[in-house]
Amino acid sequence: MKAKQYLTSLAFVLAAGLSFPAAAQDTIKIGELNSYKSQPAFLDPYKKGMELALEEVNAKGINGKKIELIIRDDGGNPGEAVRVAEELVTREGVAMIAGTFLSHIGLAVTNFAGQKKVFFLAAEPLTDKITWESGNKYTYRLRATTYMQTAMLMPAAIAAKKKRWALVYPNFEYGQSAAENFKAMLKKVQPDVEFVTEQAPPLGKVDAGAVAQAVDDAKPEASFDVLCRPDLAKFVREGNTRGVFKDRTVVSLLSGEPEYLDPLGAEAPVGWIVTGYPWDKIKTPEHDAFLSAYQKKFNDYPRLGSIVGYSTVKSIAAGLAKTKGLDADSLVEAFKDLKVDSPFGPFMYRASDHQATMGAYVGKIALEKGKGTMDDIKYVDGASVLPGDAEVAKLRPASAN
Amino acid sequence: MSVLTVNSLGKSFGGVRAVENVSFEIGKGEFLALIGPNGAGKSTTFNMINGQLAADTGEILIGGKSIAGMAPRDIWRLGVGRTFQVAATFGSMTVVENVQMALISHASRLLNLWRPAASLYRERALELLAQVGMQDAADRPSRELAYGDVKRIELAIALANDPQLLLMDEPTAGMAPRERNDLIKLVKQLVIERGISVLFTEHSMDVVFSYADRIIVLARGRLIADGDAAAIRDNAKVREVYFGTGKTFQGASS
Amino acid sequence: MTLDAFLFQALNGLSTASGLFFIAAGLSLIFGVTRIVNIAHGSLYMLGTYIAYTLATKIGGAFGFWGGIVLTALFVGVIGAAIEMLLLRRIYRAPELFQLLATFALVLIFNDMTLWLWGPEDLLGPRAPGLAGAVEIFGRRLPSYDLFLIFVAPAVLILLHFALAKSRFGRLVRAATQDREMVGALGVNQAVLFTSVFALGSLLAGLGGALQVAREPANLAMDLAVIGDAFVVVVVGGMGSITGAYLAAIIIAEVKALCIAIGVVDLGFIKFNASKFTLVAEFIVMAIVLIVRPYGLLGKPQGNVRSVAEPEAPIRPAAPLLKAFAAVVLALLLALPVVAQSSPYVMVLATDILIAVIFATSLHFIMGPGGMHSFGHAAYFGLGAYGAALLLKSAGFPMLAALLAAPAVALLGALLFGWFAVGLSGVYLAMLTLAFAQIVWAAVFQWETFTGGSNGVIGVWPTAPFNKAWVYYLLALALAVISVLLLRRFLFAPFGYAMRAGRDSALRAEAIGIDVKRIHWLGFAIAGGICGIAGGLFAFAKGSISPEAIAVGRSIDGLVMVLLGGIQTLVGPMVGASVFAMLQDTIMRQTEYWRGLLGCVILFLVLAFPQGIAGAFSMLWSRFDGKRGGRA
Repeated sequence: MKAKQYLTSLAFVLAAGLSFPAAAQDTIKIGELNSYKSQPAFLDPYKKGMELALEEVNAKGINGKKIELIIRDDGGNPGEAVRVAEELVTREGVAMIAGTFLSHIGLAVTNFAGQKKVFFLAAEPLTDKITWESGNKYTYRLRATTYMQTAMLMPAAIAAKKKRWALVYPNFEYGQSAAENFKAMLKKVQPDVEFVTEQAPPLGKVDAGAVAQAVDDAKPEASFDVLCRPDLAKFVREGNTRGVFKDRTVVSLLSGEPEYLDPLGAEAPVGWIVTGYPWDKIKTPEHDAFLSAYQKKFNDYPRLGSIVGYSTVKSIAAGLAKTKGLDADSLVEAFKDLKVDSPFGPFMYRASDHQATMGAYVGKIALEKGKGTMDDIKYVDGASVLPGDAEVAKLRPASAN
Repeated sequence: MSVLTVNSLGKSFGGVRAVENVSFEIGKGEFLALIGPNGAGKSTTFNMINGQLAADTGEILIGGKSIAGMAPRDIWRLGVGRTFQVAATFGSMTVVENVQMALISHASRLLNLWRPAASLYRERALELLAQVGMQDAADRPSRELAYGDVKRIELAIALANDPQLLLMDEPTAGMAPRERNDLIKLVKQLVIERGISVLFTEHSMDVVFSYADRIIVLARGRLIADGDAAAIRDNAKVREVYFGTGKTFQGASS
Repeated sequence: MTLDAFLFQALNGLSTASGLFFIAAGLSLIFGVTRIVNIAHGSLYMLGTYIAYTLATKIGGAFGFWGGIVLTALFVGVIGAAIEMLLLRRIYRAPELFQLLATFALVLIFNDMTLWLWGPEDLLGPRAPGLAGAVEIFGRRLPSYDLFLIFVAPAVLILLHFALAKSRFGRLVRAATQDREMVGALGVNQAVLFTSVFALGSLLAGLGGALQVAREPANLAMDLAVIGDAFVVVVVGGMGSITGAYLAAIIIAEVKALCIAIGVVDLGFIKFNASKFTLVAEFIVMAIVLIVRPYGLLGKPQGNVRSVAEPEAPIRPAAPLLKAFAAVVLALLLALPVVAQSSPYVMVLATDILIAVIFATSLHFIMGPGGMHSFGHAAYFGLGAYGAALLLKSAGFPMLAALLAAPAVALLGALLFGWFAVGLSGVYLAMLTLAFAQIVWAAVFQWETFTGGSNGVIGVWPTAPFNKAWVYYLLALALAVISVLLLRRFLFAPFGYAMRAGRDSALRAEAIGIDVKRIHWLGFAIAGGICGIAGGLFAFAKGSISPEAIAVGRSIDGLVMVLLGGIQTLVGPMVGASVFAMLQDTIMRQTEYWRGLLGCVILFLVLAFPQGIAGAFSMLWSRFDGKRGGRA
């Protein structure tokens, strides 16, 4: 009995493993893995952004070749993600891998890439560690990091001249490091600043009423909020009803991104100083072109995820156009100081820490036609908030350079 | 010396006195029936002796040793075998494995992680099964057995640790009259062969009066009579108690 | 922090408790009567929020909102009835816990169905018409809707209480909760009772979900976010006790509100943030309650539930023919690296499958023969994995030493937690194991400086020669074979028999001198230790380890593997683990709706093989063979 069942199972393994999809000669296979199932609100637009860019890239071709994207779900956890990465590399034979969303998954794949010498372009994860403490030679990252986004908000936080600050952040690496960065940066400029309360609710399970009240009871003059969705929506509604945000400066990471802002509808917290993506306000030729192409193709407006997905594929295309070969080391070389054009304008991948300088928009949340958007927007170039080359060299392990 | 001594045993449940000041003894080789109408405290008394319930007052001595605070498994290790009112076996084992289990436990080899259990004490287990007439069913799954056969297996299991004392809670409950007689006859015979003392509760008065060496009667938690069959039959208190519940000794055997 | 502030936070706690109460009350009813561990209960709650959102926005106005909530509750009740009649009724005679597998499939299907119907974006409903504002209490503003919630839960509680106390239906529900067989014996139509209880429980979940529409956006993570809390509330309150559920909901919500109110505490020598304890507060409450009151606050000991399924057949050693087969399989597995030279991924997948096999087999050891349904087996996987990873990274152990230490770490954890767990039985044991797993998870998650927090430990790679996939595979194969054979040997030894004896009848086992708790405790520890091997292998296979390895999801995966393969056979967990791992690998390549697809496949397997896959084959075999039920 035992044996019979095992033989069947074995046949499965073999059949699953040996069936190679035929690869066409004139395509370059790129593996993409992401938490499509656990983070659909971000990754659905992300995927659309990739599709649009892929269409544009393949219309022209890269030195006569086309990109073939092989997209996989990473199961929403690092263990699965590493297996999927291996599958992409060993079975699909992709030239490089890209993607990931949550920090810990991004880190696990980063580590995998370093160990197995596979080129990896981390698209969405924000943790500083990917390019700094845990960085490695084979990993580059596109999106502006927690550190960068926090730094972008600092001028406004300092200008507010508030002494009593409250912090609300998810009990998760992203929130913790944002809070740490914020405290350190503010303290440096304003040594007498006082952090009157810190609320660290579990990710996705904020007890919004109680947390909003606790913030209010601490009587802060300002607060730094980095809640993720759907925690943000709960918190904002409770806070609005309870009058917690009244007459207080609120500085908030990412809350200006449509993914966060749109579910709030007419309750968007007007006046919050945020990083985000005011797609309806950006008037640059690059963005206009992107916006009309996106709207034409999908009959929907882009989210920040669309920008990231689009720029990921554009980065890959730029890298492939520049590279001498499809091996990991050549790709690593090609990405050094690689210039990429994105809807946010041109940016580059720094050779020093493998971080892209793509920036983000900073502004104030406003309400227009019953929907949240951003006002007083300003594009902050990533390069302007990143530490210098010498400084990051100290942050990265010696082997990563 | 008596095998079992019960001294002024008492137990209350939430203020209700289930058993009060009960004392009796069992001598070696004695076949003692504990009877009484429903709610008389038979089960409570029984469960205090087998260790499932702790007594509030009084003491129980087995082979001269107090069992206060002992778990059923420790009492078993003093040489007390036991069968249950509703018989059942370890359903996932064969008949012989059920008996082997008790033998393995008796030999204190339960924590052995290595030796295949199926070969341990199999011969001895088969002997015990032979004694209860179940050797032919040895390798059948025990869950397939008829109820009467399960009762026999229980008996074989109870005999596995060479008990001095056998506690049988309604050994013939749920059996057809014919089976009843066979089983009790078997028990009686084994008892005589091995010199075991038996304490059993029983509803069937036929069985009690035909086989018990001595009978003790409980009513409302108190011991009201102690004597041989003839003495009990004639005891006025006993008659009152039983007729009071609408039962006669003759009718109770059906 | 003033007294006012604390009192006000207590009010916040009360309104949160209301939400918890609705979902827990329904779950408690369903479990009490049918004994089904309905993991899909959270999905019904989520559906409630989505449907109420749609009604509130499409119909609009006061009727759309308030009428929508009532309609939603009724509709979700109908869905519940349909689930019971169309699906669960077909598998009541399967081995215990098997229905869990079906509801697990439903979770996957409902989630993807919701994604398909409503899209990926969070949907924040309108404020409640008439209750959009706030009222002033203690100089603070409490949303009127929260105030409404504070009153609506006790109102429903009283309503339910009277309905259950006065009606015939209520008496049947109570009777069935105490002793299910008795109801059957009373000649009650069990099918109708089960359907109506399922409908009522689902209605309450739908109502709970619908009422949240004004407080939080409908989103796809709600189902799993609430189900854990719901089980905790049910168990703390006492299975089947609605009043207990309310009491438990209040205790848990208040403990959390208190943690939040306290905030950052600076004791001079130590500074900590109490709000972080909300991560695990409910599980700590549950562990304490279960250790002190094993049946929950208001629960009563339940009559033994004799399984309606056929009991398991005696175990028999493998026949020579089967041994030969096993040898052939082993030879093939040994030859796999050669066969798979052209496709290295086979080694990766096969290693993952072997890890799953060790995980599932060790869980089966206590679940099947031990009868201890651990819902927190991931704890020992995680302890093994973290043990190995941290010994390697922090203590400088060489790889093999770290890998060998993994089971020791897991064993120690299992010895500690098992000691408490074996004091309980049935679903209470299951929940206590879950609580321990959550506590381990939270400790790992919080203890950043030591465990790396949510990011975990990275850079845990095997050293040469194990850095080659095929060598590592052979190492995993060797450990898997040793683990499986060891566990098998234990099961055929007196210890395994004693463990089964204790499961078959603890009373009878005690009556022949078996210390059931001690035996089960050791069994628990052995299973934990072996599971640690799987954890260690996992850490080195992935090069990293993060708290997900201990999360509820992994524990549930283990249950699914064991049940899928067949809990009553010894090869079941191996087959279940292999099939599940391969299904996941194959199906996950579909990025769109792979969860729903996986759910459908599991549902199909559930209906096709109610004894599990290996169980079904083994039954076929014994019929074909003319033998009587011997299962290798």
